[in-house]
Amino acid sequence: MTGKTRLLPFLLLAVSAAVACSHKPPATTPTPTGPNQDSINAENARRDSIARAEAARRDSIARAQGDADKMRAARDAATKALTQVIYFDFDSDALKDDARSTLDAKITILNASPDVKLKVAGNTDERGSDEYNLALGQRRAAAAKRYLTDHGIAGDRIDIISYGEERPVATGHDESAWSQNRRDEFEITAGADQIKGAP
Amino acid sequence: MHLTQRLITCAALAACLGIPARATAQQQDTTRGVRIGLTYQPGTKPGVVVFPVNGPGGDSLQAIVQRDFDYGDRIEVIGGDAIQETAKQQAARNAIDFTVWKSLSAAAVVQISVMGSTAHVNVYDVAAKKVAASHDVQLSGSPPGEDWRMSVHAMADQIEQWITGVHGIAATRILYVRGNRIYVIDSDGYGEHPVSEPGTVLAPAWSPDGRTIAYSELVKGGWNIVIRDLATGREHSVTATPGGLNITPAFSPDGQSLCYAHGEENGTDLYMVSASGTGAARRVTVGRGTDNVSPTFSPDGARLAFTSGRAGHPEVYTSDADGSNVALLTPFNFGDQNYRSNPDWSPDGRLIAFQSQLDGRFQIMTITLRDQTVKQLTSEGINEDPTWAPDGRHLAFTSSRTGVKEIFVLDAESGRARQLTHDPGARLAAWSHSTSAP
Repeated sequence: MTGKTRLLPFLLLAVSAAVACSHKPPATTPTPTGPNQDSINAENARRDSIARAEAARRDSIARAQGDADKMRAARDAATKALTQVIYFDFDSDALKDDARSTLDAKITILNASPDVKLKVAGNTDERGSDEYNLALGQRRAAAAKRYLTDHGIAGDRIDIISYGEERPVATGHDESAWSQNRRDEFEITAGADQIKGAP
Repeated sequence: MHLTQRLITCAALAACLGIPARATAQQQDTTRGVRIGLTYQPGTKPGVVVFPVNGPGGDSLQAIVQRDFDYGDRIEVIGGDAIQETAKQQAARNAIDFTVWKSLSAAAVVQISVMGSTAHVNVYDVAAKKVAASHDVQLSGSPPGEDWRMSVHAMADQIEQWITGVHGIAATRILYVRGNRIYVIDSDGYGEHPVSEPGTVLAPAWSPDGRTIAYSELVKGGWNIVIRDLATGREHSVTATPGGLNITPAFSPDGQSLCYAHGEENGTDLYMVSASGTGAARRVTVGRGTDNVSPTFSPDGARLAFTSGRAGHPEVYTSDADGSNVALLTPFNFGDQNYRSNPDWSPDGRLIAFQSQLDGRFQIMTITLRDQTVKQLTSEGINEDPTWAPDGRHLAFTSSRTGVKEIFVLDAESGRARQLTHDPGARLAAWSHSTSAP
């Protein structure tokens, strides 16, 4: 006799009891009839099965963890690339070669992550007219946006703003400070949790 | 009397009185305009003695008037303890001894007495030994309040007109930016207070009547132009070109229009809108992707000067107010870098002040519109963003000569400079247009 058929009378009883008592659980539970070889074998099989399932679950968690780590690393790298600053020469909005490479990396990520939007902020060094520098910063931000849209990124995904010389990152009064301040900064304004690394 | 003889007498008397002889014989011509009846040597600043003032606030009133004359650079104030003691004695006897003042090279004696809110002013012509002007002047508020000070400045400006033929500039104010606020300060450095809410604010400008200011403010999506009524503090934004860059406002001389720079993704151009900032804006410049900013009107409102990068680097250009007839004004290679900007049209229409880079540093220069003659006005430190006083002779500008940015005032004729602000980081000054407060 198998375990299943042995349980059948009880199940039938339980079902009829449940129907009779209108959804109340049965008042009594079946009393075990004492160990025999069949039930020991069944119990061992059950334990083996649980152990295998547990091991599989651990493997699966570890694999998922690894995938998540990889995904997070990829997303971090993509976020870093998206927000990577580009730099300009004095009184210029021309994109230099390294700036183009930096923008190319952003284009790849933007294509893979259609929900992501960026804000480009143009900045200048402290030299020059405070007022003219606002317009120069605007032109620098617009130059980066134009490069991105020329390479297929939708214009409504890129906002621009100019801070002129009002938000320096380096406060010195020499070329090493100035060169760090002549820059476009990139801020992720939407879809930060949807960023996907390069495929 | 011959000038030399007069100077010798002056020096002798000065020695007797134990006071240093005053500076004499200024080289520049300071005698333009029409004078009324006063006689003094052309080519010198008239020496003026201000008698002690009776009545409420008399001492500070005398000090303000003397300082206003001094800062105006058209009058040589003859002062000092010995002079004041002599003046006091004469006032007590109610008899002015012109011989003493003549020997001190004074051209005029100013006697002021205050009764209630009325100041009675007598200006005596020393050479002619008679009253040259006699007027009652109404003062506002009470000493030492801001209104009272401004009304004393207005009186000093009027007296300066009676003596030199040219209205003074004491009753004027200067806007500037420091930190996150726009501030206003009286021309003598008193009465400084903020006139904007905290924020990232730049480029303040006066309406012609001095009641309204405009400035640029950083908001979430870009830069807005804010128009603020100084008396009520009520503010509104220019709505003609929402979003993007909206900066460097300038009111037209008739107060009807506002010219400003607007930029989005294809460069920055000048636009004209009604002074309220509402309604449609008319585009003035066609910069084709370049930057066109910092407009300034000619005194008749018919022309504009502005900074443009259309030739690849910033230069000052002029055009008609509708944008036609554009011409390069500063086609000169003055220095090591091609960078000239921030023009301000002089009130007499003859000159434009601007900043030009020399050896990597900006200096203030003027250029004549008639024949483009350039004059360099500053050389110490970095000097930027000039703004003319209503007399067309003084300029305020940002200078780093003390090591930090402060607003300085310069007499373009004598080269005399004074520091106006005394907290670091002051910049972008704008001098009010009217010569007396409303």
